[in-house]
Amino acid sequence: MRGEQEDEAVDMREAGRDVGRQGRTETAEVTVSIMGKPARVPADATIMRAIEHSGQQIIRGAGCREGFCGACGTIYRLPNDYRIHTGLACTTLVQDGMALSQIPSVPVEKAIYDLETLTPDVDTIKKVYPVTFRCVACGTCTKACPQGLQVMDYIQAAMRGDIAELMELSYDCVGCGLCALRCPAEIIQHKVAILGKRLYGRYLRKESEELDARLQQVQDRAYDDEYAELMSLGREALSERYYARDME
Amino acid sequence: MKLSYFPGCTLKNHARNFEDSTLYAMERLGVEAVELDRWNCCGTVYSLSADDLMRRVAPIRNLIRAKEAGNRQLMTGCSMCYNTIKRANIHVRHSAPDLALMNAFMYEEPVDYAGDVDVVHVLEVVRDQIGFQALREKVVKPLAGLKVACYYGCLLVRPKEAAFDDAENPTVLEDLVEALGGEPVAFSHKTECCAAYQTVDKPHIVADKTYQIIGAAQSQGADTVLVSCPLCAFNLDQRQALTRQTYGDFRTLPVVYFTQLMAIALGGPESVLRLDLHHTPAAPLLSAKGLL
Repeated sequence: MRGEQEDEAVDMREAGRDVGRQGRTETAEVTVSIMGKPARVPADATIMRAIEHSGQQIIRGAGCREGFCGACGTIYRLPNDYRIHTGLACTTLVQDGMALSQIPSVPVEKAIYDLETLTPDVDTIKKVYPVTFRCVACGTCTKACPQGLQVMDYIQAAMRGDIAELMELSYDCVGCGLCALRCPAEIIQHKVAILGKRLYGRYLRKESEELDARLQQVQDRAYDDEYAELMSLGREALSERYYARDME
Repeated sequence: MKLSYFPGCTLKNHARNFEDSTLYAMERLGVEAVELDRWNCCGTVYSLSADDLMRRVAPIRNLIRAKEAGNRQLMTGCSMCYNTIKRANIHVRHSAPDLALMNAFMYEEPVDYAGDVDVVHVLEVVRDQIGFQALREKVVKPLAGLKVACYYGCLLVRPKEAAFDDAENPTVLEDLVEALGGEPVAFSHKTECCAAYQTVDKPHIVADKTYQIIGAAQSQGADTVLVSCPLCAFNLDQRQALTRQTYGDFRTLPVVYFTQLMAIALGGPESVLRLDLHHTPAAPLLSAKGLL
């Protein structure tokens, strides 16, 4: 019995290698249209790598290259598909026939407000981003979000003054702004999200006794000597200390 | 009895007095009102353009949510939400092509809508599924001596196809008040419009309407005007300040939600009434009648 299972496992590995070999030879390259210009690029490239492979240097529209900063928002279409797709260029793989365009910046009018004068409720949303209330629940923003967030749901939470839900649902927003570009009601979702997170942080977050105690220690200069010692260390010693630190 | 419950945006902030009293009354009457998961704004106003499907996506999406929750009834207390969702439901039930188009547009939803959820108003649930007799038996603090002018406004019983009572001379609120032990008064202005969104940029029109509507209630000796809509409540209550500035002989009158009277009669604590949200104070009247 045991022997049979092992044999099967070996077969699976063999099969996998075959598929792998075949895959590499047949789809080693794909053709994509990069901002209107066709290019042959590696089949397993990210959009960002494909752009660079085609000989172009990305000056705007690249940041962390790891899916965190939201600088490389991209829209694309695929053959025989009426839908417009979105993705971050650094984490989205190319596909054959993909026609893409980077959106390195999304023009919006960012509201200027003094957090100290606001209240964490619907009246603040009305005052700071009145455009929010144009939402018709079409869900286009949610379809557009490369992070897979329920964007429409957090805009709806904003419309009923549920700041905690607005914060929670928009927490992983990277601010690429593709939702705002696609919105037929011209709402600037990602900026409403930032307002929500600021209101939550300022007025609704849970108090942390441990943090307060530690801040008090810092203010009482309990760590001044250790801090001075760290500041006097060279790069190598600092690096050593960093990687040897005690972590949970 | 378990129902999907759609609160609506305003009940979550400026009309907490409506929401808290609704939930208390429903619980006392044995209705488990389960707030819809991921609900969105109802759409606020039903678009009168026949092909304005985009503005019907919002109400229909809520009906999909009810379906997802496994409930075939969606209950709401706000007249505007009720009207908007109910009429969108009627529209798609009568137009298969439009429904197909809307389902295709909402391709990200895991289920299609098939016209298979009923939209019901809290009053409808009380009248038809609980019954006024059963309600009467649960009253612990009858509204004795409280004279009430029942105000329906535009959206609760109009148009006819969306109405759950006579569109011209509805009586469901009067029957409710009677079951709660109060005295409904004959009210000539019960289906008048409160001037609705004119309140945004032409508040003087609202002041005129409030003067007429509240005045008509007072002429019948009413102690209060009963409403089922947060916009009617805003116009008839908050706009009493402007009405008073405009008309020297205007006398203020408390405006209450029907669910607040239900909560009182069913023995609810004062906390569920949220009387702090009223412009013209209702507490002195209720205290004087021994209801607080």
